[in-house]
Amino acid sequence: MSKQHLHIRNARLIDPHNGVDDLLDLFIAEGRIAAIGEPPAGFSPARSINALGLIACPGLVDLSARLGGIEAELGAAVAGGVTSLACPPDTKPPLDEPGLVERLVRRSEATGLARVYPIGALTEDLAGLRLAEMNGLTRAGCIAFSQAKQAIVDTQSLLRAMQYAATFGYAVHLRPQDDSLAREGVAHDGEVAARLGLTGIPVSAETVAIATALQLAAETGVRLHLARLSSAAGVDLIRAARRSGVPVSCDVSIHHLHLSEQDIGYFDSNSRFDPPLRSARDREALRAAITEGLAAICSDHTPVDADGKQLPFAEALPGATALELLLPLTLQLAAEENTHAARNDLRWELQANAPGTAGLDRDWNLVGGGPNAWHEGRLPLAMALARVTCDPAAILGIEAGSLSVGSAADICLFDPDEVWRATPDALRSQGKNTPFVGCEVRGRVRMTLVGGRVVFEARAGSGRAT
Amino acid sequence: MHNPQLNANGELTHLLSIEGLPREVINHILDTASSFLKVSHRDVKKVPLLRGKSVFNVFFENSTRTRTTFEIAAKRLSADVINLDVTRSSTAKGETLLDTVDNLVAMHADMFVVRHAASGAPHLIADHLRRLRRNDVHVVNAGDGRHAHPTQGLLDMYTIRHYKKDFANLVVAIVGDILHSRVARSDIHALTTLGAAEVRAVGPQTLLPTAIETMGVRVCHDMSEGLRDCDVVIMLRLQNERMNGALLPSAREYFRCYGLSPAMLALARPDAIVMHPGPMNRGVEIDSDVADGPQAVILPQVTFGIAVRMAVMGILAGN
Repeated sequence: MSKQHLHIRNARLIDPHNGVDDLLDLFIAEGRIAAIGEPPAGFSPARSINALGLIACPGLVDLSARLGGIEAELGAAVAGGVTSLACPPDTKPPLDEPGLVERLVRRSEATGLARVYPIGALTEDLAGLRLAEMNGLTRAGCIAFSQAKQAIVDTQSLLRAMQYAATFGYAVHLRPQDDSLAREGVAHDGEVAARLGLTGIPVSAETVAIATALQLAAETGVRLHLARLSSAAGVDLIRAARRSGVPVSCDVSIHHLHLSEQDIGYFDSNSRFDPPLRSARDREALRAAITEGLAAICSDHTPVDADGKQLPFAEALPGATALELLLPLTLQLAAEENTHAARNDLRWELQANAPGTAGLDRDWNLVGGGPNAWHEGRLPLAMALARVTCDPAAILGIEAGSLSVGSAADICLFDPDEVWRATPDALRSQGKNTPFVGCEVRGRVRMTLVGGRVVFEARAGSGRAT
Repeated sequence: MHNPQLNANGELTHLLSIEGLPREVINHILDTASSFLKVSHRDVKKVPLLRGKSVFNVFFENSTRTRTTFEIAAKRLSADVINLDVTRSSTAKGETLLDTVDNLVAMHADMFVVRHAASGAPHLIADHLRRLRRNDVHVVNAGDGRHAHPTQGLLDMYTIRHYKKDFANLVVAIVGDILHSRVARSDIHALTTLGAAEVRAVGPQTLLPTAIETMGVRVCHDMSEGLRDCDVVIMLRLQNERMNGALLPSAREYFRCYGLSPAMLALARPDAIVMHPGPMNRGVEIDSDVADGPQAVILPQVTFGIAVRMAVMGILAGN
């Protein structure tokens, strides 16, 4: 069953890595993509899947997902079309010993669901002081090292950690936040924190840390990835560094692309994030980083139980469940960015031809939000999918995120038009905590394949996959 | 955004914050307080408005003064008052905030008066009651973290209205540690809602929240600029722990730059009133000559506070 031959027909195949966006059949054999378009000689599929109306893209690659219960969260991953994910080291206990990493790898492989790539602890117990056994951790399966959300004790320790990682060519992922500037902070140091009396985290907590990390990376030559950007000023620093040739990569969580500090409303702990949601202006800059290809998108999946959220805002645990919302929220981002661009184009057109707000309103509604808007504009669908497939795969340095012939058949088959409601019951993750709880989202995974095996299939009756 | 303290008819079901309260609701509370003020001057200082109702004072943070004023107000409305010092009992045993609330609801509480060190705790309780569909149980915020102290804000407005009659042309200076002050935030919301001409936030940058100007105030780092020609001066208490050198060099330097001395007060209008939410630090934020002087209305604030709290509880019980 595991190595059966599959034929996926009639799908719109989008493979951003290879620049493919066309109606093409997919042929899968021995767990790999055997051919695209025409079947290989003598191919006889054990199963033929009619994917009419669906999109087939590479399985999503997530730069950070916390697992908690491995079986449930990996089930959530494949239900969300995520076939590869990096697990940050702030597990309990932290991933600072090869034995712990081996156990995580073994346990996740045993589920037969998504592929898990552990990120090792940069320092022992993530305490930011003594270096972890990076070589041993790499042998055990770690693909990079990070402090997760923990601080490093001082700048010299960070320099030493980068020097040591650079010695072996290991990548370092840093969540840029200056610990002393962020201390006790729970929200963006801006309008909402002032109004609600919450301790603020200034933007400088991010920019100071980015500047430090960039300087040390330049000095050590370490491969640096800056994780979970939150501010416009942070984006500017990284953009400038990239222009001057520093090989730094970065990512933004899907929440920070959709939400701002205003979503905290009256102390909604589902909108408590780390780094905090910042201003609408920051969000626009983060979106620009996505459209121009500076940053990848990550789920930053963090399941938190109800007890961890039903607390006063400052005491509530940060983070949201997101593996199952990553795809629809990425599709929505593309739709919004393109609608936005289309609106601007339209506005020019209307101003030139027939000025008048009535016509403007009517036509705005015509353009608004439909899936057809994806074909053109600032963030074409293929480009949006690149940010959750081949881009993060390249950052992690793993073979994933493409539909190249010969590559592992990790595939996400989704209906771009199906609208569903993100109720707690609809989510497989044990975490039900999301600011989008109860919201309607568009785009639903019908089938997920990992190594040519069907690891998730939406229930019959509601879908078009047969 | 749904306003968690108003019911579907726009009536007050909880008092969580002044933010989002319509001007009419504030004026209604102040008018009601005015009628209750007379009760406090009678021989029999009681009205039967809350007879048979149980008011639970749930203080997760110590405060004898505020708790006492709520207790007096509830008793003058003939309510049964139960004081819970939660700092020392259940939470010390690991019970969560909402567990405590569930227990008190099971004891048939009609009203919670809540003080908590975390901003937003009363909102959390109100939200929990809404999910339990207990719209017959009311929450009064008696101070949450740095967020709000709405009854103090209301009694400050009562005081200003009593002495100044009208808010339209008023210039009000709020001086001191606005960053950590729930009173300041409540006063600012109330004053902007009631249409004060200008509200000034006066203090050093270390004691003012970033983006405070988005709340509709003018920021003054210079005390004399802040006080010049103002009608009302609201001094804030400076907590001792703020003076350890991280935010301010010393109490002495603070008083020199931001203390209310008679010379400073002379910059305000001659009929300006001086307010303070108490307890005062004489010689730190306010000179004794000012605190005991003819322009100070600090003790009337306390008297009005009881009437305002009676009004709030009476209105909530009626809705």
